[in-house]
Parts: sequence; structure tokens; C-alpha cells
Amino acid sequence: MYFIYSVKRFVCRQLLVFFLAFLGGSAYVVAQSANQDSTVTGGVVDTDGGQVPAGGSQPVALDPAKVEAGKTLFNNNCTACHALSDEVLVGPGLKGINERRPQTWLINWIRNSQKVIQSGDKYAVDLFNKFNKTVMPAYDFSDEQIVSILQYIDQQNTGGGANTAAGGATDGQAVPSGGGASVTPGEGGGGISSQYFTIIIGALLVILLLILLVLVLIVSLLGKFLSERKDLPEEDRELVNQRIDVKKVVNSNAFKGGVALIFLLIVGKVAVDSLFNIGISQGYAPKQPIAYSHKLHAGQYQIDCSYCHTTVYKAKSASIPSANICMNCHNAIQTSSPEIKKIYDAIENDRPIEWVRVHNLPDFAYFNHSQHTNVGGIECQNCHGEIQTMEVVQQVSPLTMGWCIDCHRKTQVNTEGNDYYDKLLALHNSKEPLKVANIGGLECSKCHY
Amino acid sequence: MEDNNKTYWKGIEELSNNTDFVKSAQNEFPEYLSVKEKKKGKSNVPSDDITGTNRRDFLKMLGFGVTAVSLAACDAPVRKAIPYLNKPEEIDASIANYYASTYVDSSGDYSSVLVKTREGRPIKIEPNAMSSITPTGTSTRAQASLLDLYDQERLKGPWVKATNKLTTWEDVDGKISSQLQQGGAIRIVSSSIISPTTRKVIQEFISKYPTATHVVYDAVSYSGIIKANNASFGRAVIPSYNFANADIIVGISADFLGSWPNSTENSYQYGQTRKVGQNKKQMSRHYQFETILSLTGANADYRSPIKPSQEGLVVAALYNRIARQTGGSAVNTPDLKIAYLEEAAKDLLAAKGKAVVVSGSNDVNVQTMVNAINNLLGAYGPVIDLNTPVNLKQGDDSAMANFVQEVKNGQVAAVIFYDANPVYNYPAGKEFATNLQKVKLKVSFASSLDETAALCDYVCPNHNYLEAWNDAEPKRGFYSLGQPTISPVFKTRAAQESLLTWSGNPQDYYTYLRNNWRQTIFPSASGFNSFDDFWNKSLHDGVFETRSAAPVNVAIPSIQEVPSSNAAPASTGSAVSFSGDVNAAASAIGSTYKAANQTVELCIYEKTGLGNGEQANNPLLQEFPDPISRACWGNYVAIPQSMANSMELEQDEIVRVDIQGKQPLELPVLIQPGQADGTIAIAVGYGREIAGKAGKNVGKNAYPFIQYNGTTLSYTQPSVKLTKTGEKHQIAQVQTHHTIMARPIVQEANLKEYQANPAAGRYAPKIATAEGPKKPGEISIWDEHSYTNHSWGMVIDLNSCIGCGACVVSCNVENNIPVVGRQEVINRREMHWLRIDRYYSSDADPEDKSISGYKNLEQASANPEVVFQPMLCQQCGNAPCETVCPVIATAHSSEGLNMMAYNRCIGTRYCANNCPYKVRRFNWFKYNNNEEFDYHMNNDLGKMVLNPDVTVRSRGVMEKCTFCVQRIQLGKLEAKKQRRRPVDGEIVTACASVCPTNAIVFGDLLDPESRVAKIRQAEYEKRAFEVLNEINTKPQISYLTKIRNKEVSNKQA
Repeated sequence: MYFIYSVKRFVCRQLLVFFLAFLGGSAYVVAQSANQDSTVTGGVVDTDGGQVPAGGSQPVALDPAKVEAGKTLFNNNCTACHALSDEVLVGPGLKGINERRPQTWLINWIRNSQKVIQSGDKYAVDLFNKFNKTVMPAYDFSDEQIVSILQYIDQQNTGGGANTAAGGATDGQAVPSGGGASVTPGEGGGGISSQYFTIIIGALLVILLLILLVLVLIVSLLGKFLSERKDLPEEDRELVNQRIDVKKVVNSNAFKGGVALIFLLIVGKVAVDSLFNIGISQGYAPKQPIAYSHKLHAGQYQIDCSYCHTTVYKAKSASIPSANICMNCHNAIQTSSPEIKKIYDAIENDRPIEWVRVHNLPDFAYFNHSQHTNVGGIECQNCHGEIQTMEVVQQVSPLTMGWCIDCHRKTQVNTEGNDYYDKLLALHNSKEPLKVANIGGLECSKCHY
Repeated sequence: MEDNNKTYWKGIEELSNNTDFVKSAQNEFPEYLSVKEKKKGKSNVPSDDITGTNRRDFLKMLGFGVTAVSLAACDAPVRKAIPYLNKPEEIDASIANYYASTYVDSSGDYSSVLVKTREGRPIKIEPNAMSSITPTGTSTRAQASLLDLYDQERLKGPWVKATNKLTTWEDVDGKISSQLQQGGAIRIVSSSIISPTTRKVIQEFISKYPTATHVVYDAVSYSGIIKANNASFGRAVIPSYNFANADIIVGISADFLGSWPNSTENSYQYGQTRKVGQNKKQMSRHYQFETILSLTGANADYRSPIKPSQEGLVVAALYNRIARQTGGSAVNTPDLKIAYLEEAAKDLLAAKGKAVVVSGSNDVNVQTMVNAINNLLGAYGPVIDLNTPVNLKQGDDSAMANFVQEVKNGQVAAVIFYDANPVYNYPAGKEFATNLQKVKLKVSFASSLDETAALCDYVCPNHNYLEAWNDAEPKRGFYSLGQPTISPVFKTRAAQESLLTWSGNPQDYYTYLRNNWRQTIFPSASGFNSFDDFWNKSLHDGVFETRSAAPVNVAIPSIQEVPSSNAAPASTGSAVSFSGDVNAAASAIGSTYKAANQTVELCIYEKTGLGNGEQANNPLLQEFPDPISRACWGNYVAIPQSMANSMELEQDEIVRVDIQGKQPLELPVLIQPGQADGTIAIAVGYGREIAGKAGKNVGKNAYPFIQYNGTTLSYTQPSVKLTKTGEKHQIAQVQTHHTIMARPIVQEANLKEYQANPAAGRYAPKIATAEGPKKPGEISIWDEHSYTNHSWGMVIDLNSCIGCGACVVSCNVENNIPVVGRQEVINRREMHWLRIDRYYSSDADPEDKSISGYKNLEQASANPEVVFQPMLCQQCGNAPCETVCPVIATAHSSEGLNMMAYNRCIGTRYCANNCPYKVRRFNWFKYNNNEEFDYHMNNDLGKMVLNPDVTVRSRGVMEKCTFCVQRIQLGKLEAKKQRRRPVDGEIVTACASVCPTNAIVFGDLLDPESRVAKIRQAEYEKRAFEVLNEINTKPQISYLTKIRNKEVSNKQA
């Protein structure tokens, strides 16, 4: 059954891969032509709408690389306050923003919204007042970067299927990008060889069982046949009629010894395993001073992790949010909740909130978030578990050195678009993908100094 | 044998079958006697109830307790994560911020610095490349200054002597203001103040209290130079030197690389002239005539020991030789024969316009003579710049003497001490202390109690420089800003603000500073839209340099005029003309100096590390070994070998130093090669009586030996008596073997040899094999490591390393290296990862292979050549340490590093035993949170200096230089985040980043564009050598040969 199942799964998977490859290839072609089309039609639409100001650049073709850059910029800077849809978070939803305002206006606004407001622009002033005079921070982006963000927003909302394939992975941030950084074994290209291995083992096992069955059948058949013969000599008859004496076997020293040995081994294994678990706080879920729910914020409201953990993409520490970040929303939301009141109390009394650290590494181990999140492209959930479903945060991973090393052995390096790794990639003479372990990821002084 | 029926009883109770006896007969031990001590009065009650726990209970309790404790221990302690309530925008946890600031100390050190802060606390000082004065490095003291901020013994608020309690600022302000208003002479006594705004504050104070005057004095004074320049050129200044333009430098007792004001810039310039390479085969030649072996003298090509009593005559003799050749008039002074004097004169003349003579003498006449020489040599202009004076020392010895007299006469009503501690560092400090009682109001701005502050009525503690706004003008036209990098740790207040408050100006010092810059400095800036732009730019850069020789037209009294009362008005950047009276100077010299003095003379000097003693409570500086003597934690009497022989003195023997009319001093002796015969030397800066735990009573105070000669302070004594006391006090020295025993650890050549053959002086060992001799690297029993991504390497230029030791302290701070104290240094357990080995040459014949020959080789010459060699983990490719570690705690990385995993180390110390470079350090103790090592790592405040990216090691583990792997990792990560390769110069070790002469270059050997790779390539098989190349350890560090600009090479070992 397993065999059939796995063969079935394997075949299915392969079929899927082929199908996707085919689909992707053809979709790319479609996208290419679609892009050309959109350039033309876009021009027409624009002239029709008359929205594009004279100085503004024409919306150029949706360049996948640009859209991708826009996505990164958007996720790192905008998601905290703006939704891609027309849903209002802290600031307005951005669906159709390119139609709402001319591009030059948007560029000025994003660079320095206060300047636009101060210039007396009516739309700007109205907008500012509408959103309770919440200041949008200034972003020091180039024109190109802003256009890429706008393109990304556009593309997300027009959302053609063709673009999805062309962009690689543009269907929202929930799905890990399909590039080089697949982490979980068995997902994507990285796991195929080990899968083969399991399949072969399984198949061999099934074959062996079948052979055993056939042999048992043959033996019993032959025995039956022989027992009916009368012309057998005494010794042979004895052999044919031999019965296994269970009692004798059970009473034999070998059996007793064997059982004792197995028992000892199991006890030993359990003991060693439990010894190894000392000091590992997997499942540690302390009560926090404020019953903050990740399930609500990260799960239901889909607030990006980096909105609160501001430095998770740029620093060693992901940083615990300061109370003023809470106040961005909670100056207006849920103000009467007793838990929220605790934040107000803290601010009023100038007494910082003492959160209990859930994930504790020993002092001699150096861990840098940005290396993993920004450079490695690893999802937070990879180490922190399904944080968006946790009412109370708990330590999901063991955080042992073995666990780190294991991941470094398995994880492919996210080399895509990173010039740092070009040289290493060129030097990597192997058909196997470049793993973290291959570039010194197991060396002591990568984490201990 | 006959039956023996006799029955014996143990006692009468057995015979009588006493019931009590029968009951207890079975018990072998009388259990009622508890192990516990019996309580008084109940000793006779044999009951368990009374004696409390018995043995079984104890064991039960123990068993239960151990189980409970171990169960409880399985749970990790609860750790808190406490974020900001309102996070400042620019501060992110775990991201370092850098702020440009300014380091100045009263020893005359100036560095424009970048302060690295983490989570709002300064943890490292880096040089500020924006500054043209100190772009490459900082001084040792600047590196260590962080610990002054985190000094637990700083005053935690204003202190009142009457109650010996802290009080509020309102309280002291009220009391001090009212007393000031009572009238009478007010004196502000300070060390040199180079902040133009602070000077303005003082002026404002003086205009409010017209009876006030400002007395400037320096503990180690350069008044002589200032007065001589006033006499010679009408400018009471210390000129700035540009050693980079000098081909011939003659130093006469001038430690311009070590203890001089502005020595960091001098080192930077000097280093430039000492570097040689493919395209520059010339270097400066440096003659030094001096009494002590100073850091500067150790770097000289030719060095002659002279007695202090000869100093003036040497200058005069030099003057005569030059005057005769250049048409000047010779003076009539006794001539004397000093080695290399003729050569120095000849070279100076040959390099006219590119030659300079500097003297450290504080004698106005000597300095006038030096000015005359420099004038004849045409040094004014190209090498010496009088138009851009150095403001770091402005002290006027006669003004201070006047003040001391005034105090003695009871003419002073109030005195304010600002960065001044005359009770400790004024020669007549003790007498001054008693006279100080005559002053009604005594106020000090000292940040912790010192000898003077302890006698003051009020101490109004000043901020540390890292907590305060300030500005500085180290050289005219070169402005520098200091900004707070941490909010004040204690309830201290900027001294300027205190003065402003008492002058009735309610402004805070920041506003005052800004306004002053707007009024006085902004007008000289151009290209800015507004003052805010200018201010922000200056604050960001840390410096604002007008770079013009002409002085900025400032409304405040310009600094350079203050020291002298009769200074001519500051002339603008015009050419200078010499108008000094050489003949008068010569006759004065002729009468005070002697060619052959027979008495023992004393020279008082300042240490490169500790300076004038202001920072004596800084454990990093106390443990910093003197570059020359390699001694730390205390001062000593340096004597030449000849004196040790004649007096039969051994090192560490305590001698009594007697000077007529002075309190004798008892100090251990240190035999110092290079010390002039018939002279001894003692360093100031030690013997602090009130300084805090680390600095208190370390060594003895030599300031009282300084003599005031009527115009200036004299740092020499013509006649001292030395007496043996028969006692011993071991000097903590980190190096006790002083010669190199003719081994090619350091390889050197003279310039001529080098010009002929770039590989001159190199030792190229060959290993005998069956196929003939081979280079050590060609045969190996090891598989080579292949480095594909990075290969971190270092090149150390022995020619431009001056041995200052800034790298050592920088390394200490960066890598959380503990301070171990005097006794542990004596036990050879200092923890410095980077040391600067100092080797003396020996007169013995290296070819003499007899035992006595080797013994002779151990003896340094009387006047040795000196070489400095920074020694740190060489990151060997074939590392001997790695192969012997039983637990693989030290292993090799794919980037050429020799890694050390502390948490894996079990402390066998095999690696240290097998290390040929002796660079591994073992934690014999836990140096943090340990009362035995009561330095910064034993208190919460001191621990704030620790680098959070580096593990604090525990007892029993080995440690060593990691090539600052935390910086490498961070640099790589920054590059990765920006999707690019790291750029050369981005990743620098702590030692390389602060080297004032750029002698240490660090980088990626695989990056062909990196400086280190280029040097390695250019110097391959030329100057570059690896230490102990013959054992094929394949280090990642190459040294460049030491080149001496000498005519004849010293063939000695």
C-alpha cells in the first residue's frame, strides 16, 4: 500500500513539476507578450484618462525585477500602515493609487509628505486631516524605487495570472518566495534525492516481505505434501513434523538475555535522550505581563512581523517593540481593554514593560536575525513556529547547537541576486546545491566569538 | 592452658546490672552525644529532641536538598526583555551608532574620535577620518578613556566637604554664588583649556567678577618653548610641526612621539616619513640625544645618551656647527664630544629647509637656541608652523608660581580648580595643601575626589567628556566638536554650566556653545545656506577646519596669547623673523650646563600610557605596559647598567632617592638599557593618594622632585643621592627577556643595503631534503587549507610601528580583555591578546656559541638599538595549536582564521604550550564578578564598557586574538545585506583601526584590490617575512623588515 502510495505520490509530484514547468514556460511567453500589450494599451488608457501629468513618466512596462524590488520595498516599509487592497489600516488602502493621484505627486508625497502638506496642496491637507493628522514618515527613495513600489501595487491589484508566473512569487507574503531559499527538506528541488532514497528502501522492504510470504507459502505447501508421504525415513519424518516449542524458546537463556538487552537499550536510550533535553526549554511559554496575542495581530490582522519587530531585517536583534509602536494603533483602537490599559500605565508612570524572554540563547552563541531573515530569506516561522496561530508565544524549536547545525547542513544558500555569493557559487563544483555548510556555516567562529 | 575463670567487669555498673547500663549496652556509640555543638546549659540532657537534627536527618535533608536544587536548576532562570517606552528614532537595539566627538586630556593629548555606542552606551573609541590632525589613529589614553566614564568612584553629585555628603545643585549654587559675591581675589586654576567656548565662559565669569583671574598651568609644562617663542618671534605659542616634511629630525630630549602634546599627529606625520616601499626608497633620518630611553629615542636611527646637565651644551654645540656653515655667529660655550653630534650637524646642514631640531627642555635659553638653529636651517615654514600654533599646552609656570605665593600670603579669597590637581602635581603640592586652608572658598570641578578636590569646600563634578558638549581648537583654525554620547551617568554638571550659573547666565552650555559658534566660527565658514547647515555638518564631521594659516577673526581672546602677559599682538599668517638673543641664551647656558658633571642626575619624565597621572584610576592604563621598560602597575627608578654594576644593585631592589631639601623617595630600581650613565629617571603620574581603588598608592609621586627655577619648572635635578635600603619590591614586567639572541624573529637592514637589495636583512631558511635544500613552505606534512571566499591577513610594518601601544588598549576594549592586576602580571598571567615585544640589541658576538657567549647575548647594550614587534595570534595555516587540542576547541576556518571556541575548551593548555609565538592566554581565574579582581568587570557600571558582541570568558578556558572575528562577521553581513562583496577598508581589526602610523594593515588577501594584498604582493620575497618561517606555520601575518637609516649597519645582535 505504502509502495503504491509513494509511487503514486512520486508520479504525481513529477507530473506536477512537469506541468508547472510547462505552465511557467508558456506563461512566461504569455507574460512577455502581455507586457508588450500593456505598454500599448496602457498608453491608450492613460491618454484617455488624461491622468498622467506632463512631467510624469509613462507607466513603463511591468518589469518583473522592478516589481520584485518594489515588493521588497513595500513589505519592508509600507505594509505596516497600508494595505494593498482598499482596506484602511493606519493609512489608506493603496488599491488603485496610481489612478487616484498623478505619479509626480505620489513621488513627492512618499519622499516627504509633510512638505507636500505644507505646500498647501488641498488633496494632501484633506488626506492629512482625514487620517487624524497621522504623519507619514519621509522615505529617502529614488524615483525608480518609488515607481517600482507603485508598479508592485498596481500589479497586485490588476493581478493578471500571467504576471504571477512572470514575477516568480508575487502572490502575497504568506507564501515563501520560491527562489533559492527553500528551507524545509522535501520542498522544491532540494529534497528529491532523499525522497528517492525512502522510496527505494520502501520498495525493497515490500519486495522482501513478498519474498518472505512466498517462501512461507512454499514451505508450508511442501511440508503438507511431505507429511502425506508414507515412504519417508524416520529422520526426515521427524524433520517434517517438527513443531516449534514456544515454551522452550521463551525459557531459553538467549531469549531472556535478548529481552533484557532490548529493555536495557530502550531504558538507556530514553535516559540519554532525556539527559540531552536538560536545559532545552522547548515549549517554554511563560506568562507575559500583557496578554498580547500574536494570533490576533499577526494571524487575524496580518500585521507584518517587522512592523513591531522593527530591526528583524537589519540587525542582530529583532527587537521587542517599544510602547510607542503599540501606541501607533492603540491610541485609537481598543482603548478600554484592561490589557491595553497596562500600556497606558507604563507610559504614564514611565515604567518600561518587562517582557519575559522566550527565546534565550547562551551568551557564547552569537545569532544575528538579519543574516537569516534578510540575507538568507528565511521565514520567521521557520524557527519560531506558526507564530501567527499562537495566543501565547512559546519556544517551538529546541535552539540547540544540533538544531542549528542540522539546518545549516540542509539549507540552501540564498544566492539569488546577491553578488556576495557570486564567487562562492562559481567555485562550487558540484551538482548539489550550495548549502550553508559548504560555505563554512558549520565553523566554530561563525557563531562563537 | 588452664582455664581462666576470672571475670572482669568494665565497671561497677556492669557488676550491679544497672538498668540504664543494660539498656544502652547494645549501642556501640553513645548516640546522645551529638556532632552538633551542645547548647549552653543543656549539655547534660541526652535527648534527640534537644540536640536537633541527627545524622540521618541531615543526610535526608541533604538528599532532598540536592534533588530539589537540581530539579529547580533544570528550569532556566527567567530572563527579561525590556524595550524602550518611547524608542529614540536613531537607536536600534544591537545596531551600533557612531558619534563624532573630541578627546582632550590634560597631558596634552588631542584626538578627534568616533564614539561607538550600543544601546546608548559608549563602548569603543575609533579615530575620525574626517579630521586632518588625527585621521588614522588615536592615542593610548583616548582608547582607555571609556573607563573614566564608567568609573564607579566618580562623584554622584555635588559634594560638600563640611558635611562630607552629596547635596543638590541649587544648594551649592546658592552657597558658592553668595560667597563669590563677598569679593576678594578669585582665581580660576586650570590646566590648558583648548576649548574656545570654555575660554569665553571663563571670560564671562571674569567680567562678572572682576577680581577673578585665570591661571593656567600644566602638570608637565612646556612653558619653556612658549616663552622662548615669545622672545624669539614675539609669539607665545607652541608651534605645530610637520614632521612629514622633515628629512632630518634631531630630537634633544624631546619625546615628540610619546608624551609631547599632540603626539598622535606627530606620530602620524613621522610614520609617513618612515615608510619605504617599491616606489619610495627614501626615509627620514632621526637623531636623538636624550637621557632616558624614550619612545621617540627608541625609534631613532642614531641615539646618543646625554646627561641632563649637558643638554644645553649639546644644543649650543649643534648651533655652533650650523652657524659656522651658514654664516651665523657662533657662541662661546664649552664644546663637548657627543657621539653622532658631528654627523647630525652635517646632515642637518645638507638637508636645509627639510630639517628640524626639537627639544623637550623646559629651559627658555635652550629653547631660544633651538629656535636659532631652526631659523638657520630654514625650518620655519616647511616644517615648523608658527602661524598654526598648537594650543594643547598653554601653562605659564611663573603665573602658577605667583598664584601659589598669593595663596601662601592669604591674598586669595576664592579659588576654582578646573581640571587641575596642584596638591598632587605641583612640585610644592604639600605646602600648597596647607596654605590652601587660608582660602575661604575652594571649589573643584573634579569628577571624582582627588588630592585637591578633597581639600575643597565644594566639589561640583564635571561631566565626563563623553557626556558633555564641548569644542576644541587643538591648532589654530582647526576646530573640533564634542557631543554627548550618553546621558549623564550621575548627577554631574558641565563645568561651563556651573561657571555660567555663578556668573548669572541661565543659559545651558549647549545653547551657549551653539551661539558662540554662530557668532565666532560660522563667519569663517563658506558654502553653507544657514548656520544650522553648518552646525549639522560640523557636528557630523566632528571637525571644522579652516585650513588656512591665517587666524580666524574671533571675538574671544585668542588662546595663543593668553599664557604670556607681554605677548605681541597675534600677527597674521606672515613670515616670521627670528629676533631671539642667542648670545644671552648662550651665556646662560654656559653658566648652568656642564660638559662633565660627576654627580648622579635625575630626569623626571611622563609615561606614554599613564601620562601625568590624571587618569591613574583607569585600570586599563595601569596595566598597559610601558613600551620601553614593559613595566606596569607602578613607577620605579630607571638606572643604567653601569650604575647597577658600580652600586651592586639588582633589579627590584628598593633604593632611597635623596635630593637636598626634598622628601626622599623609596622606589625599586629597574635596569634600563639606554639610560645615560650617571643618571636616573623617575616617571610622574604615580603615587596618587586619593584616586580610587585602582589608582590609589600605585608607585610614588615624583612631582615634588620638580624644581622651579624662577621662570619655568625644571624636570631635572643635577645632584641626587642613591642609597640602598636592602628591601625589594618586584616590578610587574610583562617582558623580562630583553634581547633577541641573534634569532631572526625581527629582521632588519639599513637603508643603503635596502636600496641596493630590497630583500636585505632577510633570513631565508632552507630545509635539507633528499632533493637538496628547499624552502620551508615547499615541504609540508600537512594538507594545505584552501581559502576560497576570504583569506584574512595582516601586514605589520616594523619600520613605521613606533611602539605607542594604542593598538594594545584598543584590543583590550574591543575584546573584553580583563585586567588582572599587578600580582598576576608578575605571575606571568596578563591577558593581553596583542603585545608589543620590545627587543634591545646586544653587544655580544652572535657567533660565539659557547655558554658564556649565549649568556652575553642576553645582556642588552648600554645604548641599544630598539625594535618593536606587535605580536598577536599569527592565525597560522599549519597551526601547531590546532593539532594538539584534544577536544577540537581550536580549529581552522575556511577564511584563514584560527578559531577558538570557548565553550568547547576544557583548559588543558596544550595549545598554549605548543604555540611558538606564545600568544595564547589562559583564564586562570574568573576575572568578572570577582572581588579579587576589583576592576571594571566587578561592578555594574564598569561592565557597561563590555562589547556585547564578544563573549566574556570564564575561568579555565584559553583565549587569544581572533582577528576581531566579530568585526569580520559584521562586515561581511553588511555587504551581504547590500548584495555586494565587502570593500577593502570596511572590515578592520581593532588594532589596525587605531594605529596612528598605519603600521598595521588588515584585509582580505583574496581581494586583489585590498591594500594588504597589494603590499604582500609588492613585498613578496623582499621586505615581507613571516616570523619563524622555518617551522612552516604559514602565518596570515607578514612583517616588513625594519629599515634603519644608518650609514653602517650594526653587526651586533
